[in-house]
Amino acid sequence: MEHYTMNLTLKVWRQKNKKDNGHFETYSVSGISSEMSFLEMFDVLNERLVVEGKEPIAFDHDCREGICGMCSMYINGRPHGPWEGTTTCQLHMRAFKDGDTIVVEPWRANAFPVVKDLVVDRSAFDRIIQAGGFISVNTGNAVDANAIPIEKDKADTAFAAAACIGCGACVAACKNSSALLFVSAKVSHLALLPQGDPERKARVVDMIAQMDKEGFGSCTSTGACEAVCPKEISITNIARLNAEYARAGLTTDK
Amino acid sequence: MKWSELFTSSVGKKFVMGLTGVFLIGFLVVHVGINACIWAMDDGQMFNRAAHFMGATVVIRILEVGLFAGIFLHFIQGLMLEFQNRKKRAIGYQIPMANRGSKWYSRSMGLLGTIILIFLIIHWKQFWIPSRFTELPDVTYDNGNPAPVHDLFGLMKETFSHGWVVIVYVIACISLAYHLLHGFQSAFRSLGVYNSRYLVLINGVGIGFSIIVPLAFAMMPVSMYFNWV
Repeated sequence: MEHYTMNLTLKVWRQKNKKDNGHFETYSVSGISSEMSFLEMFDVLNERLVVEGKEPIAFDHDCREGICGMCSMYINGRPHGPWEGTTTCQLHMRAFKDGDTIVVEPWRANAFPVVKDLVVDRSAFDRIIQAGGFISVNTGNAVDANAIPIEKDKADTAFAAAACIGCGACVAACKNSSALLFVSAKVSHLALLPQGDPERKARVVDMIAQMDKEGFGSCTSTGACEAVCPKEISITNIARLNAEYARAGLTTDK
Repeated sequence: MKWSELFTSSVGKKFVMGLTGVFLIGFLVVHVGINACIWAMDDGQMFNRAAHFMGATVVIRILEVGLFAGIFLHFIQGLMLEFQNRKKRAIGYQIPMANRGSKWYSRSMGLLGTIILIFLIIHWKQFWIPSRFTELPDVTYDNGNPAPVHDLFGLMKETFSHGWVVIVYVIACISLAYHLLHGFQSAFRSLGVYNSRYLVLINGVGIGFSIIVPLAFAMMPVSMYFNWV
């Protein structure tokens, strides 16, 4: 596609801290290249704000190559913006045209309180992982990579679930602010592999208990999570989690 | 893990909705099957006898108690979920996501379910209470079984001679169709069906069921209003 530059109007959510009520502020940005990433466009705006002696807009970012899960902007009514299977940092300005107005909001969910501007606190996800999203089997010496046979299909499905970067777009998109796509990706990734099998019952029970404690809503299978997931995690993982949970609930010892 | 957690955690509530949902789907099959007897073109004889069998058989009367328990559990749990879930996002978005990613009816199960419940109250008042508790005129058929049966067919013909009743029933059937379009496949997913070979089957059967069953129900008042039976 031909390179072009554009002038845009940005409506951005500004909020000083957790207690502030927050409001939208409108900015005009000019000379934005179609080759820039969405975050680079924000860098340009922030540099200007600094020069003008104003507070730059706070937003989360880290790797800027779509794998860390830090960027988290709700752009024009969609988490991570208009492109499918893309994080905010990988969204490029060629998705927009000259004269567009872009509305940027933070993830909205009680479990993800706004820290500042577009930055939200997603530590609830960390606590869910701490509740059981790991393997605590003593592995001893490193074993040969091929010592444990794993069916190719299962390995692929586990890998696809493991691709979840924990960005929270699923929560942001869900009408119930449910975190079930995230939790199901983590549960599926381990339940499908022999290494995850010994703790599979306790894992799903503990992770769901922590998820409920954090104040996420219940899943009603609308599919909005799957549609916005930058890693295209399948909603089938949620059905698999339901089966894991039922099995654990019916067959657990305690 | 306590037993209660299996039904009260966020995933447990899905089990309750899914189990009662599948049970109610099963009931719809029986209901639509019996009602289809009105099209036997025998002036309601087959239908009245089938309805009499349903009312006079002890096993079915016991199942009826379970049916009401299922309906109320499904409705109360569903409504509670709707209100609890809405509270999980205190500050909403300036630009809602709307239909980008999900279908309107999958997000409107609470509304569709409420329309269905309001319809059910009207429906019980019109048919279930008269046939169970208050007197209905009897008819006797002389081929084999001389015992008189309630003339439910006559009550249907009378009730559906009013245009507004037919319209209410058709609206309820449309709500039911959309409720099922999401609910049928969602119920099985909630119960943990994840194998893609079954999901493909359930999706297909679900779409067919959601169209055929409500359409058959809607055609009953329509056929009576236009005197096709």
